[in-house]
Amino acid sequence: MNIVVTVKQVPDTWAEKKLDAADKTVDRKSVDNVMNEMDEYGVEEALKIKEAHGGEVTVVTMGPAKAVETIRKALSMGADKAVHLTDDSLHGSDALATSAALAKVISTLSPDLVITSSEASDARGGVIGALLAERLGLPQLTQARKVTVDPAASKVTIERQADNGYALVEASLPAVVSVVEKINQPRYPSFKGIMAAKKKPLTTLSAADAGLDAASVGLAGAATSVVTAVPAPPRSSGTIVKDEGDGGTKIAGFLAAQKLI
Amino acid sequence: MPTATSRGDLISRRDVDFLLYEWLNVGALPARERFAEHGRETFDAALDLAEQVAAEHFAPHNRLADTCEPTFDGERVHLIPEIGAALAVFAKTGLLGATMDAGVGGAQLPSVVAGACFAFFQAANVATSGYPFLTIANANLLLTHASSELVETFVRPMLDGRFLGTMCLSEPQAGSSLSDITTRAQRQPDGAYRLFGNKMWISGGDHELSENIVHLVLAKIPGGPPGVKGISLFVVPKWLLGADGTLDARNDVALAGLNHKMGFRGTTNTLLNFGEGRHTPGGEPGAVGYLVGAEHHGLAYMFSMMNEARIGVGAGAMALGYTGYLKSLRYARERPQGRPPAGKDPASPQVPIIEHADVRRMLLAQKSYVEGALALVLYAGRLLDEERTAPDAAARERAHLLLDTLTPIVKSWPSQWCLAANDLAIQVHGGYGYTREYDVEQHYRDNRLNPIHEGTHGIQALDLLGRKVGARGGAGLTALVETITTTVGAGRAAGGELAPFADQLAAVTSRIVDITAALGAEPDADACLANATVYLEAVGHTVIAWLWLEQALAAHGRDGAFYDGKRAAARYFFRWELPRTGPQLDLLAALDRTTLDTDPAWL
Repeated sequence: MNIVVTVKQVPDTWAEKKLDAADKTVDRKSVDNVMNEMDEYGVEEALKIKEAHGGEVTVVTMGPAKAVETIRKALSMGADKAVHLTDDSLHGSDALATSAALAKVISTLSPDLVITSSEASDARGGVIGALLAERLGLPQLTQARKVTVDPAASKVTIERQADNGYALVEASLPAVVSVVEKINQPRYPSFKGIMAAKKKPLTTLSAADAGLDAASVGLAGAATSVVTAVPAPPRSSGTIVKDEGDGGTKIAGFLAAQKLI
Repeated sequence: MPTATSRGDLISRRDVDFLLYEWLNVGALPARERFAEHGRETFDAALDLAEQVAAEHFAPHNRLADTCEPTFDGERVHLIPEIGAALAVFAKTGLLGATMDAGVGGAQLPSVVAGACFAFFQAANVATSGYPFLTIANANLLLTHASSELVETFVRPMLDGRFLGTMCLSEPQAGSSLSDITTRAQRQPDGAYRLFGNKMWISGGDHELSENIVHLVLAKIPGGPPGVKGISLFVVPKWLLGADGTLDARNDVALAGLNHKMGFRGTTNTLLNFGEGRHTPGGEPGAVGYLVGAEHHGLAYMFSMMNEARIGVGAGAMALGYTGYLKSLRYARERPQGRPPAGKDPASPQVPIIEHADVRRMLLAQKSYVEGALALVLYAGRLLDEERTAPDAAARERAHLLLDTLTPIVKSWPSQWCLAANDLAIQVHGGYGYTREYDVEQHYRDNRLNPIHEGTHGIQALDLLGRKVGARGGAGLTALVETITTTVGAGRAAGGELAPFADQLAAVTSRIVDITAALGAEPDADACLANATVYLEAVGHTVIAWLWLEQALAAHGRDGAFYDGKRAAARYFFRWELPRTGPQLDLLAALDRTTLDTDPAWL
């Protein structure tokens, strides 16, 4: 199995996230950056499939030079090699441009399976998986809480998480699968993995190396733009219900007024 | 409302990075053969891993392990399951062998980086960290002093996390005075030994967290020399192993009872009976033990572990102080209370308590203690690496000398002052800090152990004044003073406020040199040693002042809140803390006899 898994470096979950004042992109300089937590599930699933069926896991990311830290984490977890697409011209790419760039890189790797997470915790668009499948011309299976691959039959089956259960969905390989957190418990890197990661192949591509037209990516090539952004208002103080023997009634009244019951 | 401990509440990663890369130049270590497989990326990945596992698997049960302390039903010790689960994750990461040779499955990580990694676990949960802490020290001792057979049998399973280790020195009647231990080891015809005696205060002495427990036990072989020269060291496993390494017979090591402690509760602390006949391996009573190294050299071997343990205790004290500081800092930023002196209008909103100068005093004091202690602990780790890998023999020897001299300070200074930091963290929280709703009261209780175990504060003082500074014609103190003097020169050259700080440090250091010489020439050794604790504390504060000048120099010329914070803490230490040494040095110069001349009957 030739498996490609996409990862993204994002501002740490507990850090206060801000937009850059100048171009309204995510400010990555003033915060700690980590691997998108959901991507850890994708990497774990790719490694499990490789362990079951053999093959190779290639990590693909697009991001600034610093994003190599996230690649190293995936390699130290056990992925075999990585491709890092990095170029100043890519800064500010929206989902359409990002998916176009990633699809270009992934298509050169001829994967049997592409795994993504359901969304990244910075922009939370949740569309890259679908856009990749469209651009690569592959079937897409989404919200996977369990993935079963049958290489002999060249098919993949997933349990697709739904509100009241799950649906069994099947596709022929190659395919794009996006996974949810329920699917597994991501492993930690080990010291051995950390040492080994240093020697694993890492290909760094510029936009030109990847055959991308600079005008079609980055802020310049974005089909969407952030016009304005304001910080979320601080949470207002709560309502205090004083219990004078009728506390329950008052709480029920409050919940009813909020249309919660 | 208190919030759960997050990754950012343990130890400031920014500070760790500053000290490792901007001060200690750890980035240069991979040029050395031992660390050739490493680079900044492996160091960073190791730190990331430690921080993440500590936050996700150690911090969440810190309070629970305190509330649900270990119990003993007469047969078995019961612990909350989260401890074993956390240790399993820890073992899987490979952190147990972080600094060890690749040949035994280690990662050959520099000690300075490994120490920083381990500190995250100590900050997250010092009690659960106690088990791997003892196991690593135990394995290091065996790797240095034991036969390859013992290493193969016991160290490998320890590094896999299957066996945990302990150190058994104290007895009910002999703690600080090891020459008085009475546990005896009888040589057997098959070359093994049978041990008989009781060992007290044994951390991790019994539990079911691992398949086996590897005790390192000090005992005397009958007929050997008296006192400490007759002490030998033995490996005594809880379970004896068959030829294939599987657990065979239960050894005659029995848990007499658990000690119920003020803090550090998740680490079992035990009284163990060796050879009382509870179990009869081979059909007879007596705990089977295997000699480490040569007979009668046990204390020296144990002290190689003890020195590592003492540095680790200092690191643990620092880590508890550090996390308490960060939590009180967060609280002070969020807790609105009162108004500034110039704005008493009751209609105006209250300000966060960090706006009050006295609260900032308490935060700045904590910052200067915990960041000073982190610098000290990491510096000790860097010296360990120098001792092991510096290119020339003279540099290795010098690092050894300096580390040997500083070890009592690395153990005692954080134990004293990071406990003081926890005291201030409680104070910043006000009444809430005195409740169990917030973590800081537990940090204080946990930290209160550190001035006691692995050589009490007073023992460290005797070690520094009675042994270390006088050894080899005072070479240790000379090496320390030379190092401080180099920093003084750099401080003067940098100018600005660093120049007067350098002068201040030079003056105190010079007084210490004079007083040490006078104490060394004093014929009344009892009078000298009666003042040893004052000496330890004065030298300790001077060493931390030196490390603050070092940090201020590393931050010199750099802008931003982080570097301003370093400058402010250095300023605080020089203005508010270093002057404490004045009266201490006066007492020493006068060779005060107040305590010595006090008749016990008067008390």
